[in-house]
This record gives sequence, C-alpha cells and structure tokens, in this order.
Amino acid sequence: MSTLMPDTRRVIYRRPTMLTDRSTHYCPGCGHGIVHRLVAELLDEMDLGPRTIGVGSVGCSVFASDYLAVDFVESPHGRAPAVATGVRRARPDAFVFTYQGDGDLAAIGTAEIVHAAARGERISVIFVNNGIYGMTGGQMAPTTLLGQRTTSSPAGREARTEGYPIPITEMLALLPGVAYAARGSIADPQLVGRTKAMLRRAFEVQLADAGFSIVEVLSTCPVGWGMTPTESMEHLARDVVQTYPLGVIVDRVKETAASAGRG
Amino acid sequence: MAAVAVTERDPAVAAPEAARPILMKGNEALAEAAVQAGCDAYFGYPITPQAELLEWMARRMPELGRVFVQAESELGAINMALGAAATGARVLVSSSSPGISLMAEAMSYMAGSELPMVLINVMRGGPGLGSIGPSQSDYFQATKGHGHGDYRVPVLAPSSIAEAVALVPDAFELAERYRTPVMILTDGVIGQAMEPVVPTYRTPAPGPRGWELTGANGRPPRVLRSLHLRPEDLEGHNRRLQAKFATIAEREVRWAGEDLDDAEIAIVAYGTAARVARTAIERAREHGLRLGLFRPITLWPFPSRALAAVAPDLRALLVLEMSAGQMVEDVRLAVDGRSAVFFHGRTGGMVPTPGEVLDVVRRAWALTVPPPDAAGAAEAAAVCEPDPFSLLEAGAWAAAGRPMPSAVGARNGR
Repeated sequence: MSTLMPDTRRVIYRRPTMLTDRSTHYCPGCGHGIVHRLVAELLDEMDLGPRTIGVGSVGCSVFASDYLAVDFVESPHGRAPAVATGVRRARPDAFVFTYQGDGDLAAIGTAEIVHAAARGERISVIFVNNGIYGMTGGQMAPTTLLGQRTTSSPAGREARTEGYPIPITEMLALLPGVAYAARGSIADPQLVGRTKAMLRRAFEVQLADAGFSIVEVLSTCPVGWGMTPTESMEHLARDVVQTYPLGVIVDRVKETAASAGRG
Repeated sequence: MAAVAVTERDPAVAAPEAARPILMKGNEALAEAAVQAGCDAYFGYPITPQAELLEWMARRMPELGRVFVQAESELGAINMALGAAATGARVLVSSSSPGISLMAEAMSYMAGSELPMVLINVMRGGPGLGSIGPSQSDYFQATKGHGHGDYRVPVLAPSSIAEAVALVPDAFELAERYRTPVMILTDGVIGQAMEPVVPTYRTPAPGPRGWELTGANGRPPRVLRSLHLRPEDLEGHNRRLQAKFATIAEREVRWAGEDLDDAEIAIVAYGTAARVARTAIERAREHGLRLGLFRPITLWPFPSRALAAVAPDLRALLVLEMSAGQMVEDVRLAVDGRSAVFFHGRTGGMVPTPGEVLDVVRRAWALTVPPPDAAGAAEAAAVCEPDPFSLLEAGAWAAAGRPMPSAVGARNGR
C-alpha cells in the first residue's frame, strides 16, 4: 500500500468488549450466541459492565460466565431469581441480570421467578426459550409445543397427558411488580434488532428503579429439535410464534407516564 | 443507599445496657446477637419453633437500614443468602428441620463455591413434618454433609441462651475466615425458652476479601461457582476443599468438660441434652455416683481426640441425645472400641428426664468396672446386649482388643 493512499477502512462490526474472545461450546444454529452478543453490546453501549453482576442458571447457558466479561455467580437450577434478589438487595448499586432457559425458569424455578416478579425485584431477567431441555439431551420442557416430539415425549406432546405449554411471561405480566415484560425472537436480523430494543428497555427499567423486567427470547435448538440450523430458524419464525406471540406484553412505566400525561 | 452495610459497622446499634442481665427468648437472643455481630442481610421463612427469630429480624434489620426479606420458601431464602453472600455481605438464615432439608441443595452449592454464611437450625422432631417439639435428630444432616457431594460445614451447638449469643459472632468469624457456610445447631427448647442473659455481643472484623462480587470495575471479572466440568479440575477443587476441612478439623474443635476429674462415667451430650445431663450428674453425685459431662460444642469438627484422651480414665461413656442415636456413632468412632459406650435417647419432641438418665447410669454402672481393670468387660458386654428397638437401652460397646461377644455379633448379622 502506498503511504499516499488515505486509509478509508472503517470498522463496522467488532466484538463487544463485554464478550470474551473465545469460541462458545454451543451447537451450530443455537441461539445463545446471538443473545449473549446482544447482552454484551448493551452492557457496552449503556456502560454497565463495571457495575454488573450476572446471575447464571443451569442448562446450556451454565457457561454464560465464560463468555460475558462481567462478575458472575452461579445458581442452583431454577433459583437464579432468588440469588439475584440477594445480590441486588445486598448491593443496591449493582446492575443485576439473570440469564435463564425455559426448563430452569418455567419448571423447576417457577416459584422463584413468580415471587421475584411479585416483589418487583429490581432485576432484569433474560429468558431464553427454545422449548426443550437442550443440555440433558432434548427432553420435553414446560414450554414444548403441543405435538412436538422430544426424547421424553416420543409420541409428541399431548395436552391430555403432558399438559399445555406455559405462557409464563404473560402470566408474570399480570403482576403489578413487573414493570416490563416482552417477547422477542432471533429468527431473523430484524427480529434480533427488535429483541435488542426490548432488552435495552428492560435494562433501562431496572436503572430507573421501576421494578422487575423480563425479556423472553424465542430461540432454537437444532440438535434437540432434530432439524438443521436453517430448518430450525424457519420453524421458529413460522410455528413457534403461533404459541408464543411476539411483542411487548406490558410496559407499566410507559403506561404510568401516559396516564400522567393525560391527567 | 450506596454499596450497602457491608462495610458499615455502626456502633450505635449496641444494646443500651450491656452489663445488666436481661430476660431473653432464645430465638430473639440469637437474632439480636446476629444484629450486633454486624449481620448485613437476613433471609427467612416462617416455621415453628424458630419464627420469633424471623420476626425479630423483620423489625431490627430495616430500622438499621439493613436487608430483610421474607422469602417465598426456604429454597428462596437460602438462595437469596447465596446471592447476598456472593457480594461479600455478612448473611444469616434461620429455619427449623423441615426447612433445613429444603436448604440442603444451596448449602452444597455454597460449600462448593466457598461462600460464607451462618445458618441457624432450631431443631424439631422428625422425620417428615414430625412435631414442633424440640429434638436433636438432625445431627447426621448437620455433621455428615447435609447436601450432595464431599463437603463439611462447621457446626456449633450452644447449650444455653447465653452461649448461643456468644457463638453467633464466632460463627460469622469462622464462616468468613474459611469462606464456608457455618451451622448453629440448636433446638426448640433453647429457641423457645427465656433465660437471663448478660449480652456479650461482639462484632467480628471482616474476613479476607478480594473474592467478592462488586462489579468488575477496573479489574478482571470474578466468577463464583461450584461447577468444574473437567473431572481433573473438580478433583483438584475437591482436594483444596478437603485441605481446608482438615485445617478446620485441626484448629477449630471446641468442647467443654464438667466434673470430669474424678468421674467414673461421663455423659456425652450437647445442647439441651447436656442440660438434662447436668441435672442428672448433680443428683448422681448426691448418691455417691461420680459422673461428669463431656460436652461437644463443635459437632463438626467432633472433639474426637479430646474424648479419646478422657475415655481411658472412665469406666463408661453414656451418650445422651434427643434422637434415636446419632452422635453416639461419632463417640464410638472416637473411642474405637476401647471404652464401653451406652446410649439413651428420646425422640419426637420428648426431652429426657434426669430420672430416666439415672436409671441408665445405674445400669451402666452395674455392667462395668473401673479402669484400668477390664476383666469384667467381656462379661458385661455379653449381658449388655443392645436392643435396637429400645431407645432406653440402645447401647452397645466393645472391650479393647477383644472380639465382640457372639450374641451381639449374631444380632448384628456378623
């Protein structure tokens, strides 16, 4: 290159500083990598890294602490919202999030998530829902779709025997302590962008001391679903949203502001 | 509120008149001792017979600007404690037996992640929902691991309300020095009784820091976890934990002896049972039976060496428990067949009476001879065949260097 030529290269994509420089253990086509990146970007953009304490869970994302460069504490299966309660109450100046899967949050951890939400704990819950227990080999989760075959519902989930998928984020949204609840997806770049906006809003709600916030992110498990990564993205975009519609479920901060404006 | 009460040790919380004895309920005394010890955060859930502890903290902690949360369950409470402990806060949790069972999971995680915390168990009768009466039937649970995996936690057993008050700051100190959960094992009698106490409150200095989560501001992130997926890593972690437990076992043993100098039989008892033993010992001495008391204060580490050193000067040991026989196993391990060990226990919320203890003492006396003459030992062993179905006489023993009498062996399926 001639030194006379001006360097016109421009960085348009880089690793967020909050994301560690290592390859993940996640399977090809898994959504965790995308969600990790969104979280890391927001921690950077909102300059939250130095005061963040992450609360891990049990499932495929048990190693999230290897990839997100923030202080992290592990939780027993399902207990992350209780652990996060302890962290946030003991250190009110910290920014605290949990990162949980659907088996962790909507089955074994149901009591902990409901009561953290009911108390309006100032924590942000990142709830990655792929409708299956991925780490243990693809068993049925409380969120598994009707008819979906898993290793523990080999004939397909049937309502009469296995019950119905739990729309837990809608359930939580009923509680007045929940300031913000939304459901996004990683099925295409546009939805990824919308999900990032939801996560940003959830984080802002915590920073505003407004209450509990949760973003459910519909995600994939190609291995557990028995699909290729492409097929699983198509399935996510076409089928999963039939049971779990996307959008903001409740934003009480906005509602309060709106009603104050009307008054 | 900025970076919380973790570093605040407000002298203004000192009790108004510390030198005068005041009448205190055990649960409330334990709670206030924790407040005075600089407890930053308390998490609990109602259960009898410890509910007054939760209620005391519900009033005291918020008035001092500290953390109090009544959780949705004991699972919630102990995991909140895990989170608060991870930030370096001084944390207390209390419950009673069934609630303690629910906490086993997080105790294992906290031992594995090396998080300090004090857990008070005000024991009630079990198994299951059992009764709300006092009991010591959680000894195995407390001393042999509680949750899954290879770990131990220090267990402190007060036998009076005053001692309970004194042990609370010690428990925090142990927890922080060794970065481990510590259990205070007490029972419904001590929790519910009222006694005059001269409060001897103490606020220990914080233990070593540099591990706690504060947000990775200007330093590399810290991760607190028990997960070590590579077997090589986990074994290394376990070796380190075991070395720590060995250090605790070496340095932190506590016990108390009473009237042991001229004793012929020592009652081995802790907590409320030790108080019954004390009355029995007084009465026995009025009748010329020289009894003494060996009272473990740390149940883990168990004062095995001290007991083994005392035992040869005695004709027998009588283990008294409010259980079907749990600590008696540690006593037998400690004397390793070299002393006669008798057992008396009551369960279900029943407290043994000094009179029934004396009955067992008399029987033990008749069946044993003073040391060092062990000639009558084998003979006594044959007579003293243990009946596993009788709590009054569920005692077994072996003479040093002699095979166990055949009748006993047959009963035990040898």
